[in-house]
Amino acid sequence: MPLITYREALRTALDEEILRDDNVVVIGEEVAQYNGAYKVTEGLWATHGDTRLVDTPISEAGFVGMGIGAAMLGLRPVIELMFWSFAYVAFDQIVNNAGCVRYMSGGLLHVPIVIRGPANGGTNVGATHSHTPENLLANMPGLKVVAPATAYDAKGLLKTSIRDNDPVMFMENTLLYGEKWEVPDNEYLIPLGQADIKRSGSHISLIAHGRAVLTCLKAAEHLAAEHDIDAEVVDLRSIRPLDEETVLNSVRKTHRAVVVEEGKPFSGIGAQITALIQEKAFDDLDAPIARVSSVDAPAIYSPPLEKRQLPDAQRVIEKVLKIS
Amino acid sequence: MPIPIEMPKLSDTMTEGTLLRWVKKVGDSVEVGDVLAEVETDKATMEMEAFDEGTLSEVYVGEGQTVQVGEKLALLLGAGEPKTASTAGKQTETAKQPAPDKKQAQTKPAEPPAAPAPLKITATDSGVRVKASPLARKVAADLGVQLEDLPGSGPGGRIIRDDVLAAHEKQSSDTPQPAKTTAPAMVGQPASQSDVQVPLTGMRRTIAARLLEAKTTIPHFYLQADVDAEPLVQLRQQLNAANESVGLPKYTVNDFLLKATAVAATHVPKANASFAGDAIIQYAAVHLACAVAVDDGLVTPVIRDAHSKTLSQISSEVKDLASKARSKKLKPEQYQGGTLTLSNLGSYGVDQFFAIINPPQSLIVSVGAILRKPVINAAGAIVPGQRIVLGLSCDHRVVDGAIGAQFLAELKRLIETPALMLV
Repeated sequence: MPLITYREALRTALDEEILRDDNVVVIGEEVAQYNGAYKVTEGLWATHGDTRLVDTPISEAGFVGMGIGAAMLGLRPVIELMFWSFAYVAFDQIVNNAGCVRYMSGGLLHVPIVIRGPANGGTNVGATHSHTPENLLANMPGLKVVAPATAYDAKGLLKTSIRDNDPVMFMENTLLYGEKWEVPDNEYLIPLGQADIKRSGSHISLIAHGRAVLTCLKAAEHLAAEHDIDAEVVDLRSIRPLDEETVLNSVRKTHRAVVVEEGKPFSGIGAQITALIQEKAFDDLDAPIARVSSVDAPAIYSPPLEKRQLPDAQRVIEKVLKIS
Repeated sequence: MPIPIEMPKLSDTMTEGTLLRWVKKVGDSVEVGDVLAEVETDKATMEMEAFDEGTLSEVYVGEGQTVQVGEKLALLLGAGEPKTASTAGKQTETAKQPAPDKKQAQTKPAEPPAAPAPLKITATDSGVRVKASPLARKVAADLGVQLEDLPGSGPGGRIIRDDVLAAHEKQSSDTPQPAKTTAPAMVGQPASQSDVQVPLTGMRRTIAARLLEAKTTIPHFYLQADVDAEPLVQLRQQLNAANESVGLPKYTVNDFLLKATAVAATHVPKANASFAGDAIIQYAAVHLACAVAVDDGLVTPVIRDAHSKTLSQISSEVKDLASKARSKKLKPEQYQGGTLTLSNLGSYGVDQFFAIINPPQSLIVSVGAILRKPVINAAGAIVPGQRIVLGLSCDHRVVDGAIGAQFLAELKRLIETPALMLV
């Protein structure tokens, strides 16, 4: 299987879907002629032209709204946000229009839109460019939220998201764009709402999404080598819809869980997963559920401090040892 | 804000209480410290005081009703505060039942007021809080393993599944086979119409639970010694004669035995200890419990710091505690925290017996009556003597045979040379 980058996997998904369906159109700042701020769309404008890759002014509320309107009328827009942090100026469009219109129209209108872009800290771009809003958006019924951790998942999930008839918030990570994974050439789809066991284990479940999954895998290797603890790593992949069964089955097997995320702890995904486990698998728990998340403060600008703010393998290991 | 008044937890083992009598009635104004009601706990009858002022606006629990700790008993309203819909009439009203609506009565048969299910969070049957994971609890319930005495290997001493499995494995390898008692529990049934069924009081229930737990979970062993009581009888006669001449109260044999037990426990500190799961606690002070028979059971009031009290202090204190016990006026601090117990059935003419240990203590001294017996004296002649038999029940997890024997020997020495306890 060829090794390709996360960025290339996303591009392949876009390329395949543009070819497959005339209604797919990529819209965003510098997605066409400049080949994308992070080069995800590199070469696509040259291949597919102005009608399929549309450059926009710096006005997220405007072009996200335009995409939502286009989706209501039948197109399948893929909106690129240079950073998910910029989604906040388009929040009314995303939450009130994309999220609510299917319900408020009694099912007459659908919004088959994908809004994608990086949603991560750790790159020294400051608090206003480092948001991880998966918990905010997953809190809105009507929106789907996806966060792939690998190139393989990125491709399969993006293709499924484009074909989905509801708005999908697709959260990537700039730190992963250049990382390589094995990705098959042939077409494949990964359903939304299907978590993935990235590492099978029997002593504790590490539950994560996005880049935190890789942190957990690193921690799991160390735990096995140094502490004789066999950790299972559950990658949520999609946060909403959420694959409750895979999470619960893992905890029913290992009887312990640490939930890891790069988002903030307060009302975070970790809080949601923790509540889920204690509601539905309380009697299977042999230890309290622990959480590891970003330190609860705006993204710190100082690079050494920002590095400490985000969860790393060491913090995961410490939490695991604390409850074991 | 209306203030709900709940069944208070008035003793460490109390899980429910019986509301004996409402001292305040609906409409009465209440000051902080006023007695609202009398409550019978598993140990005593106690007065329930108000912590807030206001007017007693509603009463949810009638006299004689037994409810769980924490359950709402009544509602207190502040001055000029109106009754709100959310607080009115929601609870089981036994004190003031509104006339049922006729229509409703026709369509819906009157249901008995639903008592809320007892909420048991972490307290076990014996009322001891046990720190265990949910999984450990589930597995323990499935396997029939008692969590109370298990050592916990999880963080902070939490009992986890492995601890339960290990205990179960040990149990099943230790006990030959009869672990599987599928036979119905041995419960008595009335055999004829003239048999009387006496409902359990809170105290009876506690005695049943605690002593069953003690006898089934504590590995008891027993030691016994025949002691010359003559010197003690003589000393008592002397002291009582002296006291009588100046109008002071007399000492009982039991007073001397209590004093001797307290002194012996200070001389053999390893006997004044408790099993604590993964450790043994050796108590610095001797808090001596003394079994007192009361109308419907027994209580064990505690002489605190008995090691530092004189015979006359012990004598007057135990008299006071016993009378309070009989009138159910003991306060929790007067029956909690004992470190060992003396049980004396001498006044009934019992010559010897072995009592069940009063957990979490690990020793109980059982004494019978002083009896006249023929004894062989130092010269080898048979002479009349006065003897008392001491029984000692020990928790083998804490007290080994040698320690128990040392304690008993010390007790014997003190009784046979009673002047030693006065120095």
